[in-house]
Amino acid sequence: MVLDNIEKLLEKYENGETTLKEEAQLKNYFSQETVAPHLEMYKPMFQYFLGNQKEQFTKDLPLKPKNRFNYKWLSVAAVAVLMIGFYFTTSIIDNNCNDLGTYCEPEEALEEVSKQLAMISNHFNKGTQAVGYLNEVDKGTATLGYLNEIENTTKIIFKK
Amino acid sequence: MTQTEFLNIVMPFKDKVYRLAKRLLVSTEEAEDATQEVLLKLWNNKAKIQEYKNVEAFSMTMTKNFCFDKLKSKQAQNLKIVHSNYEEKNTPLQRQVELNDSASWVGKIIEELPEQQRMIIQLRDIEAYDYDEIAKMLDMNNTAVRVTLSRARKTIREKLTKTHNYGVR
Repeated sequence: MVLDNIEKLLEKYENGETTLKEEAQLKNYFSQETVAPHLEMYKPMFQYFLGNQKEQFTKDLPLKPKNRFNYKWLSVAAVAVLMIGFYFTTSIIDNNCNDLGTYCEPEEALEEVSKQLAMISNHFNKGTQAVGYLNEVDKGTATLGYLNEIENTTKIIFKK
Repeated sequence: MTQTEFLNIVMPFKDKVYRLAKRLLVSTEEAEDATQEVLLKLWNNKAKIQEYKNVEAFSMTMTKNFCFDKLKSKQAQNLKIVHSNYEEKNTPLQRQVELNDSASWVGKIIEELPEQQRMIIQLRDIEAYDYDEIAKMLDMNNTAVRVTLSRARKTIREKLTKTHNYGVR
């Protein structure tokens, strides 16, 4: 009776109609020591299937946590760099404004400017003094005016 | 996802991946490499692993595709030498030895099947997946899987009967 059942199952099996349960049943039957002689040739097949289930993958996996570059941190770093940059540039301007030739205090600046202007006007005055000599030239030309008198007199003489 | 979490997901089916790869690629070393490759690919895409509905089925499909690529590149590389005019009259020694070990003979028979049938035999008879899962893994429909399986089983049985009878006589 059992054999009959197995034969039916084998037929179904070959047509691909068996369920997993029925296939397990077949595998079970053929894993016995003694099988009906006319079904002997199925034995290696099912034994092979069962034996093959036990084969294992033994190679180990080199799983390294991959260090993927995180772009979030890049933006954080950029902001940090910018902020540090701003901080230092402003402090440089604050501390060393004398180095750049300017004055930090407006009063000091005014004083310095008026000093400079005074110096300029001083030198200007010197220049105008030098120009004063032109007056002498004027005098010279004035004396030349006497030559006209001489001309007048010579004209009178020749008319007569 | 940490390494242990990943391994917990992968552990249950890594052997199945390996056996499928071995069924397709035959050589143990190549199957090991393929399995490693497939699992590393999964690891590198671990962020997406939760999105997959069935990681196991997905990995099996990946394995199948990977092995097919391997086989294709191998075919492209290697020159095939086919002896068409040479036939050995006596059963080669190798074969005689194998006949004694009938279980390995089954392995040889399966090796001779077309790739599709080999895969289905592997997934159904060895790994015991149900038809829907196999259909999904191999991107086939249910009936096609059954038909292919039936064909493969019949071929194996026929060849086995032949060698069995040969052994008896």
